[in-house]
Amino acid sequence: MPTPETLQHTPLHDRHVALGARMVPFAGWEMPVQYAGVIPEHRAVRTDAGVFDVSHMGELEVEGPHARELLQAALSNDLDRLATGEAQYTLLTNEAAGIIDDLIVYRTGEHAYLLVVNASNRGPAYDWLKDREIRGSDVRDVSEDCALLAVQGPRALERLGLAPAKPFTFGESSIDGVEVMVNRTGYTGEEGCELLCMSEDAARLWDAVLERGVVPCGLGARDTLRLEVCYPLQGNDIGPETDAISAGLGWACALDKEFEGVDVLRRVKADGPESRLVAFVMEDKAIPRHGMPIEGGGEVTSGSHSPMLEIGIGMGYVPAAQAKPGTELTIDVRGRPRRARVVKKPIYKRED
Amino acid sequence: MAAAESYPEELRYHEEHDWARIEGDEALLGITWFAADSLGELVHFEPPEAGSSVTKDQSYGEVESVKAVSDVIAPLSGEVLEVNRQVVDAPETVNEEPYGNGWLVRIRLTDPGEADALLDAGAYRQLLASQ
Repeated sequence: MPTPETLQHTPLHDRHVALGARMVPFAGWEMPVQYAGVIPEHRAVRTDAGVFDVSHMGELEVEGPHARELLQAALSNDLDRLATGEAQYTLLTNEAAGIIDDLIVYRTGEHAYLLVVNASNRGPAYDWLKDREIRGSDVRDVSEDCALLAVQGPRALERLGLAPAKPFTFGESSIDGVEVMVNRTGYTGEEGCELLCMSEDAARLWDAVLERGVVPCGLGARDTLRLEVCYPLQGNDIGPETDAISAGLGWACALDKEFEGVDVLRRVKADGPESRLVAFVMEDKAIPRHGMPIEGGGEVTSGSHSPMLEIGIGMGYVPAAQAKPGTELTIDVRGRPRRARVVKKPIYKRED
Repeated sequence: MAAAESYPEELRYHEEHDWARIEGDEALLGITWFAADSLGELVHFEPPEAGSSVTKDQSYGEVESVKAVSDVIAPLSGEVLEVNRQVVDAPETVNEEPYGNGWLVRIRLTDPGEADALLDAGAYRQLLASQ
């Protein structure tokens, strides 16, 4: 682990400290885990609007007449379904169909794409693509130039003065004079957007967003929000040792095209996976945590307390026979057997 | 609402951020404001069984926030007479009233002399200041 001296800071580090955030190391960065508290921040996003500094995430640009060819062979989803101005959830896979990273690809032009990757995978994803670069495709890491703010919640767009737009689309806009790329994407299951701006504009944009009554939220709430809606966390629920079919991400894999590991995925799909990533809720009073064994040969990959349901919730891999919603599971909570039940994803759904 | 920071004079403190309110041969045990604040809002208390024994300096239960789990260390040895069900049902009570309704267990002391080794409020505040 890097020492505190070597942790990287986002352009908003001073803002977080000034707000009294609790700062923690995360993927080589010093990041706010909470300001007022995980639970009030979580509820702000579910009921109104919250903002997360996610400038630690990586941005890679892939451009050139053969950019599409490079990415179509490296990413699991079908890039040809993407028009300029649209975005797509997709996976960067290895030869064994393991997941190097999950990411969102934005088509910014006829021959130009932007990839937003996880902080911890910025290097590996860049190296992977750079190694496969072909004539007419240029891969560049532009993370240092960019700041990214996720503004999420049912009132997020209204508070920012932005018009509603379809999910997984994006466009240019300006917020109180700051030029931003507005992406209708997020990691909370709520409406909202992710605002990409130049690093030097980050503090002005952050201030403008807070002035509009949006609540600052840390990585703690980001994790409970994504877990309630069962978005996988790279490095916990998915990774180089897990495949997309077992993880329930087959919908993001175009098995009718060629990409790294597709043969493996076709085989897993045909044979049926041996284990599956399921969502569960606790029936006993207990909070499941990453790494806890599940009786019968499974393991919790993500677990926490659900601020909306006020019970322990989680995800984990279990043998395929135990994966059906309704199945009772027993989780080893530091030596104590505690009952849980498999549920359909997402665990939490907004009541409209 | 989380309570404001305080360390009442009438309590005795353990350096692992636990307190004891000694009344005759019984004591209420809990965690300090500092411990509750460090964890954040509590969402789970895993209590010991009534009738079980707790040993000074050893864990007798767990408290959990959304992000973290922490052992609760006994400041004194004794037999558990009562578990605070209010905290089991509403763990955030500990953040709201760490020294009042947020007590965790009531014990009968097996070695009241152990209390001599605990800190008073002033010494505990000094310990926090030095950390």
